[in-house]
Amino acid sequence: MSNEWPLWEVFIRGQHGLNHRHVGSLHAPDAELAMRHARDVYTRRNEGVSIWVVPSSEITASAPSDKGPLFEPSNAKVYRHPTFYDIPDEVGHM
Amino acid sequence: MYAQMVKSEATNDDPEKLAAFQARIDAGEKIEPKDWMPEGYRKTLIRQIGQHAHSEIVGQLPEGNWITRAPTLERKAILLAKVQDEAGHGLYLYCAAETLGVSRDDLTEQLLSGRMKYSSIFNYPTLNWADIGAVGWLVDGAAIMNQVPLQRTSFGPYSRAMIRICKEESFHQRQGYDLIRVMAQGSDEQRAMAQDALNRFWYPSLMMFGPSDKDSVHSTQSMAWKIKINTNDELRQKFVDQTVPQAHYLGLTIPDEGLVWNEAKGGWDFSEPDWSEFYEVLKGNGPCNTDRMEARQKAWADGQWFRDGLMAHANKAAARRKAAKVAAE
Repeated sequence: MSNEWPLWEVFIRGQHGLNHRHVGSLHAPDAELAMRHARDVYTRRNEGVSIWVVPSSEITASAPSDKGPLFEPSNAKVYRHPTFYDIPDEVGHM
Repeated sequence: MYAQMVKSEATNDDPEKLAAFQARIDAGEKIEPKDWMPEGYRKTLIRQIGQHAHSEIVGQLPEGNWITRAPTLERKAILLAKVQDEAGHGLYLYCAAETLGVSRDDLTEQLLSGRMKYSSIFNYPTLNWADIGAVGWLVDGAAIMNQVPLQRTSFGPYSRAMIRICKEESFHQRQGYDLIRVMAQGSDEQRAMAQDALNRFWYPSLMMFGPSDKDSVHSTQSMAWKIKINTNDELRQKFVDQTVPQAHYLGLTIPDEGLVWNEAKGGWDFSEPDWSEFYEVLKGNGPCNTDRMEARQKAWADGQWFRDGLMAHANKAAARRKAAKVAAE
């Protein structure tokens, strides 16, 4: 039977003030080693100031077929955007 | 290239779905792992990305061979960093392949059993320090030719891995050129070593692009799927045009009497490598095939107890944490 190390997803904060961003994945036996491997595999050139590692099995992802039901409703809601509203020139910048 | 002669797989999918898939690719959309894709696309990509990953990993061997014998501490640190990058590149690519549903262990076992290939170039030996320069300059130079366009490949994870790799690859080629430049401008003996390294690595580097594929069915399918962006001949020509002036700058001679500037095409005419040698190397009869495979098999077998030990420790620690949590509740 295969005794393969589980897969982890790696997220890196590139600079102070930015979000962590998904950069890839790696195999490691546990969280501590996943962190060490992430440092070696994904930050050899100052790519980050902080790392998150998450077991891939813990991620719930939306299915490609859900794209319509999930995202189309907001397409129709044009009134959510400021450009929907005409403000008279006399009012000035708003 | 790092992936040579990748056979594309036939596909028996619903023609309507295939047409919709092709339309997405033609529109420049990226295909992501969970999207529907033809079986042939999936299988061809696994083979290509896997072969590419194996090449990065096996590619550490000819260079790793010289880490302990680098002439200065600086050169040693540089070579160590480069070889570490190659390991990283292999890992990015294995991860991309795994998103297609193949496991890492499966890929490793296919390499070790010889069912999957790695680039022919790594079956040539690095005999002396000048070879390390030639590998960076020529081998990584040839790899870059192929990898830069692959950043635009249709499969999202492969494209993103290529972008990361290309960012790092330029250092590899430049350190190699810098190394061979120092030798080419050194003593007569060093200069002769630099020329000798170029003589030995020139044709194997041209072979990296694979034989002419202008009439290949596989190539046509892979190009339609944007798994392959340029033909082998286009990339080889680009590589020669780029490399010849770099050699001339060093005062080195390209070992090809047929090399002539062709004004009409705006490029160099050059001699083809000996393709029978290429096929022999692919079959396993190159100078170092046996050594390379034995080194990989030994590393995998020797590491088994370590991989298993860490996994056993992780499982025990997780069980202990769970028990402590239950006790606390």
